[in-house]
Amino acid sequence: MAHKKQFDTPPKRVALFVTCMVDMIYPEVGMATVELLERQGVEVVFPTEQTCCGQPAFNAGFWEDARPLARRFIDIFEPLVRSKQVDAVVAPSGSCTTMTSHFYSLLLEDEPAYRARAEFLGAATFELTEFLVDVLGVEAVGAHFDGVLTYHACCHLNRELGIDRQPRALLRHVEGAEIIEMTGADECCGFGGLFALKNSDISTAMGQRKAQNIVKSDADVVTLCDVSCMTHINGLLSRQGQRTRAVHIAQVLANQVDVTPRTQTAPETKPPAPPRRWQDGKA
Amino acid sequence: MATSTIDLTQPYKTRVNDALGNKHLKVALERATGRMAGQRVAAMGAVDAPRLRNQVRQMKEYVLRNLPDLLEQLETNITANGGHVHWAKEAVDVQRIVVEIARKANVQKVVKAKSMATEEVHLNQALQAAGMKVVETDLGEYIIQLAGEPPSHIVAPVIHRRVEEISDIFQRELDMPPTLDPQVICSVARGALRKEFLSADMGISGCNFAIAETGTCCIVTNEGNGRMTSTLPRVYVVVMGIEKLVPTIEDAFLQYQALCRSATGQQCSVYLSMTSGPRKPGDTDGPEEFHVVLLDNGRVDMLAKGYGEALCCIRCGACLNVCPVYREIGGHAYGSTYSGPIGAVISPNIHLEVTDVDKLPYASSLCGACRDACPVKIDLPRMLLELRRDVVEEGETTIFDRAGMQAFSRMMQSRASYESAGKLGSLGSNLLAGLSGGAIKSLPGPLAAWTNSRDFPPLAKRSFRAQWRERMKGRKVIKD
Repeated sequence: MAHKKQFDTPPKRVALFVTCMVDMIYPEVGMATVELLERQGVEVVFPTEQTCCGQPAFNAGFWEDARPLARRFIDIFEPLVRSKQVDAVVAPSGSCTTMTSHFYSLLLEDEPAYRARAEFLGAATFELTEFLVDVLGVEAVGAHFDGVLTYHACCHLNRELGIDRQPRALLRHVEGAEIIEMTGADECCGFGGLFALKNSDISTAMGQRKAQNIVKSDADVVTLCDVSCMTHINGLLSRQGQRTRAVHIAQVLANQVDVTPRTQTAPETKPPAPPRRWQDGKA
Repeated sequence: MATSTIDLTQPYKTRVNDALGNKHLKVALERATGRMAGQRVAAMGAVDAPRLRNQVRQMKEYVLRNLPDLLEQLETNITANGGHVHWAKEAVDVQRIVVEIARKANVQKVVKAKSMATEEVHLNQALQAAGMKVVETDLGEYIIQLAGEPPSHIVAPVIHRRVEEISDIFQRELDMPPTLDPQVICSVARGALRKEFLSADMGISGCNFAIAETGTCCIVTNEGNGRMTSTLPRVYVVVMGIEKLVPTIEDAFLQYQALCRSATGQQCSVYLSMTSGPRKPGDTDGPEEFHVVLLDNGRVDMLAKGYGEALCCIRCGACLNVCPVYREIGGHAYGSTYSGPIGAVISPNIHLEVTDVDKLPYASSLCGACRDACPVKIDLPRMLLELRRDVVEEGETTIFDRAGMQAFSRMMQSRASYESAGKLGSLGSNLLAGLSGGAIKSLPGPLAAWTNSRDFPPLAKRSFRAQWRERMKGRKVIKD
C-alpha cells in the first residue's frame, strides 16, 4: 500500500466521505463527525455527488458492477485533493476507507490511469480516528461520558488499516468514562457484508458470540468505528432484548450518547396494552 | 453414543446446518481451537516472529520460483541415495503407482503416518480395493478411521470429537472397557497399533518438507508413529505435494521452527524423522525400499492461475484455529480434504471433487485473522476475494444475485436515483419499523435471512445530505 500523505502544515479543509450507510441510516454519526472535525478547526466540505464506494459488489465478487462506482468515487474526490481544494478525505468508517484506499488498486488493476489516481487519493484518505490522532495529533477532544465503555475492533479497521491504537487513545481521554476490555474484542462480529445474508446462520452464530461477550463485559455501550458492524451487533442485542448498545465512536466523542445511570434503571415493565376498541369486553 | 457425522457429499447448506446444529461439535471446536491458537501466540511471541515469518516467506517464494530445478535436484539426490522417485500428475496416478509398488513387494498390510496428500488422493480406498489392509497410526487418524470419518483439521484430524465420543468409538470397535481417562484410551490404541506396526509390510507417510540438496524427506510428529512407519516395514513410501520442498538443510530448520510454533505452539516436535534413502549395508534398521511420489494434482495450474501464493502453505493449521467461521462449523462442513481459510482457497484450485466448491470462497467474513496468524503471511482474504470474482465471471451465481447487483450498481451510479431510493427506503422502512415498535423485525425475500435472527433499523427520516443542505443554506459551498 502507498504511504500516507504527510502534512507540512496542519490540514485546514477536508472532504467528508460520509458513506452511504451513515448518510441514509445514521446521519447523526455524520453530524458527529463534522462536529469533531470543526471543533479542531478543520473546515468540512461534503461533495453531494457521492453515493456508495462499491464495496458490497466488490466483496461479493461482482467486480464489473463495482468498477463504475470506484471510477465515479475517484472522479468525485480525486480532483478535490489534486487541485488542493481539500487537504484530505475523511470517512467515519474503517471498512469504506479500506475499500477506497486499499482495494481500489486491486479492483482497477487493469486500468492504469484510474489506478494511479486511486492510489494518489488513497494516500490522502483517512479514517476518522486515524485523522484525529495521527494527522491532527489530538487525543482529548473534550468528550464526557458517565458510564462504562468497551471497544470492539472492527476487522477492516484493525487488520487492513492497522488502526487500533488511535480509537483506543481517543476513548481513554473521554472524561468520566470507565473503559473495560471485553473478551475477544478483535474477533469478527460476523457481519462481513453479503456474508450476513448468504451465510446468515454462520454470521448469526458469530454475532451471538460477540453479543454474549459484550453483555458479559457489563459495559453500558460498546464503541466501534464502523456502522455496518454496529448494525449487526445492535440487530442481535436488540433481538435478544439486551440493554447494551453499540454506538459509533464519533457519537461518544461528540457527546451524543447518554446512558441512564445504572442505579436508576428499574427493570423494564411494560404496561399492559390497552384493550382494542373491538375487544372491550364484548367479544 | 457418538453423534452423527456430517456427510461431505451433501450440499453446502446441509453440511453447514448439520454442523451448526451439533452442540458437541461446538464444545469440541471451542476447546481445541482456542487452546491451539493461544499456544501459537505464546510460541511465536517467544521468538522474533516478524523476522521468522519474513524469512520463511522468502524461502517459500524462492522454492516456487525455482520449482522445476529444485524438484529435479531432489530426484537426483534421492536416486543417488538408492531411492525411487515417481511423478504423479493426478490422484489416480498416485493410486496406480503406490498399488503397483505394493503388489511388486507382495504387501499385505500397510501402516500409515498422518498425511493430507494421501487423503487428497484417496489412497487408502485404492489400496483397500486392491486387497490390502490399511491402518492409520496417528492417534487422531486412527480414531477417525475406526469411526469411518475423514479428518476435519489439517493438524488435529479428530478435533471435532470430544473424549466422551472417542471413548464410545473405542468401546465399540476395540472392546475397551468404559473410561474417559485419556491415558487409558491412549494405551489401548498403543497396544493395538504396536501389533500392526510389527506385522506391516509397507509404511506410507506424507512429507512436511523434503530437502532438495540432500534428497531427504522429513516428517514432523509427536507420537513416534511416524518413525515406526518410516523404519519398521520393508517398504517405505512418501507421498508429497510438489510444493513441499526446501532448498537446504538450513531452510528445513527454518520451516520446522515456523511449523512447530504455529501448529501446536511447541518449540520443536517430539520427533523429526528424516529419510534420505533405503537401508544401506551395515545399517541396523530402515526400509529395504524407499519410494517418493511427487504429486501435482492441479498445483502447477494453481501457479499459472495466479493462486500460487497459497502453495507457500506449510500446513500448520494456524489459520483454522483463529478463523471465526471454522470455529462455528468445523472442518467437515467445508466438504473438502482441506478446510478453513486455506482450504477455501486450495479446494477450488487443485483437483478435488468437492460438492458446492463455489460456495467455499464465500464461507468467510473476510476478517483477516487468518492472514495475521499465517507463518508464511499468505494473503488469504485477498485470494478469497479473487476467487469470488472468478465464481462470478464464470457465471456460477444465481440470476437473482446478478440482477440484484446490477440494479444496486446502477442505482448508486446516479445521485438522483440514490437519493430517491433513500427517500423511498426511509418511508417504507419507517412504516415497517413503526408496526413492530421501533426496529424492523421481519423483511421480505432474501432479506429475511437478516431478520430471521436480527433486528434492522429503519432508514433515517432525514438523511445526512438533507440535514447538511439545511445546515449549509446561505453559506458559501464548494461546487462539486
